[in-house]
Amino acid sequence: MRALIIVFAKEFIENLRDRRTLISALLFGPLFGPLLFGAMVTRMLDQNSFEADSAPQLTISGSELAPGLVRYLKSHDVTLKAAALSEEDAKAAVRSGREPVIVIVPPEYPARFESALPAPVLVVADSADSQQRKNVDRARALLSNYGSAIAQQRLQVRGVNPLLAVPVAVHDLDVATPTGRAVAILGFMTYFVLFALLMGGLYLAIDSTAGERERGSLEALLSLPVQRSALVGGKILATCAYMCLSLGISLCAFVVVFRFVPLERLGMSANLGAGTALKLFAICLPFVPLGAALMTFVASFTRTYREAQTYLTSVLLIPTLPIAFASIYSLKTKGSLMFIPSLSQHLLMTSVLKAEPVSGTDLLVSAGASLAVALILALLTARHWRRETMLL
Amino acid sequence: MIEARALHKRFGSVEAVKDVSFTARNGEITGLLGANGAGKSTCLRMIYGVIAPDSGHAAIDGIDVQGETSTARAKLGVLPHATGLYGNLTARENIAYFGSLQGIGAKRIARRCEELAHSLEMQGFMDRRVKGFSQGQRIKTALARALVHEPENLVLDEPTNGLDVMAIRKLREMLQGLRAQGHCILFSSHVMQEVAALCDRVVIIGGGLLLADDAPAAIRERTGAASLEQAFLRVLGQDAGVQ
Repeated sequence: MRALIIVFAKEFIENLRDRRTLISALLFGPLFGPLLFGAMVTRMLDQNSFEADSAPQLTISGSELAPGLVRYLKSHDVTLKAAALSEEDAKAAVRSGREPVIVIVPPEYPARFESALPAPVLVVADSADSQQRKNVDRARALLSNYGSAIAQQRLQVRGVNPLLAVPVAVHDLDVATPTGRAVAILGFMTYFVLFALLMGGLYLAIDSTAGERERGSLEALLSLPVQRSALVGGKILATCAYMCLSLGISLCAFVVVFRFVPLERLGMSANLGAGTALKLFAICLPFVPLGAALMTFVASFTRTYREAQTYLTSVLLIPTLPIAFASIYSLKTKGSLMFIPSLSQHLLMTSVLKAEPVSGTDLLVSAGASLAVALILALLTARHWRRETMLL
Repeated sequence: MIEARALHKRFGSVEAVKDVSFTARNGEITGLLGANGAGKSTCLRMIYGVIAPDSGHAAIDGIDVQGETSTARAKLGVLPHATGLYGNLTARENIAYFGSLQGIGAKRIARRCEELAHSLEMQGFMDRRVKGFSQGQRIKTALARALVHEPENLVLDEPTNGLDVMAIRKLREMLQGLRAQGHCILFSSHVMQEVAALCDRVVIIGGGLLLADDAPAAIRERTGAASLEQAFLRVLGQDAGVQ
């Protein structure tokens, strides 16, 4: 036990002096997530408010040929911009992005309209430009609504009930927003939290194993009268300490980001104050020894820093898999899933963020399962360290 | 005192050490001599207990390394082939880390650091980070680290590798000083001059077998060679082109 503490203290202090470890564990790892998250949400908000606030705008060519249409559009609060463009000019203008969408009324429009034949209207738009899709959809909807209105007038004039032409009335009830969007965003956030947690220990796990080998200090260390399990334990514990720091910093950064990003405007109730952050910390805590033991275990098999880095980058992806799985199948917090580390943390964190009640049993199972896996990995690591092949 | 008795070690299909027995006594410097790949490092690793012999055993001051590893190791200072230090720690911290893992208290570590800094002339860089050290400063730090718990016995695996002439000379003086204090020193080398200049006793191994175990002069006499180098080649049976 004494040796374990000595190893822990030495690894902790030594890495505190290493710029590479500090940048990745205490700066890049924990801050990358919250900053990217803040930027993402802010951008979504910008798009959203643009959609809601701006009055629809439409460029129309040949407006003098369709006075009825122009009147209809104006009565629906559309700001019209008249222009005289050929089809080619209009295409060029849309392609270059100068105009989002252009409506062209061709010369044959009045004559066909008078004789009750389908009168052509061209809508020039770029369907690949997802930013303008809303504008284009709105223009199309207005044009088709105008068409329906005219059709109904014509039927009425001819003594036919216009409702005959509307056999089915379709009503859209969209439940995707804003909850669906919120869940997607929370999925990102929990991943960033787990990512920060792992990044915190990455370099220490490498330095205390492959680094020990690469700089040639391993054999001297192994020739000391110290149990190998104490060496491994101290190293894993030091890795845990850095992971906790990184996790803490990351959660603090999220608290700050949530203060500046008004999530209510996205219809999200997710609130992250100090109390919630503490709960998230507690939920993630059992995952810390698991991550530390896993990274130390994998890095123990590698000979150089580079090799360890390559393998551990894949290890960093492990927590994403259950989260991706969860969002594809929209899994909800339930008992049996609590046995899966990283997935259980993701689900519990999501519940806490959505201010849903979390059962004590779920918390215990999640923590117990993660700690059990951590213990198994730590024992496997110690077993590997007792082998002669550690030196060869 | 370090004893090796009928050590045997096999790695897969390779018999690295077949049958090696020798004794390194207190107050003597014993050189373990052999060509590259002769099994020197494997022998030493079995002596300081990081690999286990398939048969035979090693003992430090009569304590079996396999049976009572920790007790035996506590009586032994080790300077392995790779003498890596922790670059972000100072020389003093490197030494203290090993001292505390040897189970020594903080006071005794502080005292030992002062003694070692004095005897190895390390005062100028004891509290500097190891990162920028010269090869000579590194070897001194590694040696101090191996001696922090005042072991009676010292094992060094090719300690002069990569050192310049001045540093080798310095190391030689340090080892002679330790011998004068009555320590038992066992070191391996493939450099003849080093062994000839330093050793009271030479153990020659080749192909995993013990070929000679005697004083340098006695080996020269027995083989009728003018120099130890020649004697070495004769012992190995490869002196055809030398004479």
